[in-house]
Amino acid sequence: MSDLLFPLTALAATASDLPAARLSALPPATRLVFRGRESAVGPAGIAFGAELPRQACRFKRSGDRLAAWLGPDEWLLIAEDADPAALIAEIEPAVFGLPHALVDVSSRSLGIALEGPRAAYVLNQGCPLDLSEAAFPVGMVTRTVFGKAEIVLLRETPERFRLDVWRSFAPYVWGLLEEARRELA
Amino acid sequence: MLIISCPWCGERPEIEFVYGGEAHIARPADPSALSDQEWADFLYNRTNPKGTHAERWRHIHGCGRFFNAVRDTVSDFFVATYKPGEPRPDLSQDDAK
Repeated sequence: MSDLLFPLTALAATASDLPAARLSALPPATRLVFRGRESAVGPAGIAFGAELPRQACRFKRSGDRLAAWLGPDEWLLIAEDADPAALIAEIEPAVFGLPHALVDVSSRSLGIALEGPRAAYVLNQGCPLDLSEAAFPVGMVTRTVFGKAEIVLLRETPERFRLDVWRSFAPYVWGLLEEARRELA
Repeated sequence: MLIISCPWCGERPEIEFVYGGEAHIARPADPSALSDQEWADFLYNRTNPKGTHAERWRHIHGCGRFFNAVRDTVSDFFVATYKPGEPRPDLSQDDAK
């Protein structure tokens, strides 16, 4: 695995093991961006295997498939078990003729998981959002900023966050998270 | 940090947004029928008020959508935000305060 393709591999190997906020690089996954009008949203969700949430800033998970609301007509579909071409071939027939766009963005970003009782605290070193469970409950997803980089932030459990970071920003975000974690050592 | 309320995502920090100029400026249906002055007014001349100002903002590091906001240019206070296509809210009562 080259550093160019997986820039987090080397960093993850030397990450300090802090149970208060454990940092890990997630394995590669298939990511698609679905954009479409109302008529195409329902069928796309059925074909994908996880419903596309209509509620703002929420994600739905079903097995290895995750559909995240990014905008009023924009969803990020993450599948850990399928390859992009096969997944597109699954969804396209269901929305044939309906106004939509389905784009493979698998290589655009890398996944980072941050888990532990201080995970929200660590994230708040670079992200100004209110990450209390009242304001940012489990099941919430949003695009936001971390430091100078744009991220997609998902709360999977009260203590586990998933970050989707653009590939070239990933070492920067990882470095900033490591810096924020240092005080917990 | 300024908190701006996106009509879709709710209250968010200002660094997620970019400014998009004055709102409610419709492109003339037939530009070739306009005089140079009218065309210049459409392109360049803005109201630049002291007080409440309807303007476009974009939640670029969020849902990516444009929306309109009424902001007080003196205090930088966001009086209201609303979705594009909706009319400017009647804030005459607020203005009187």
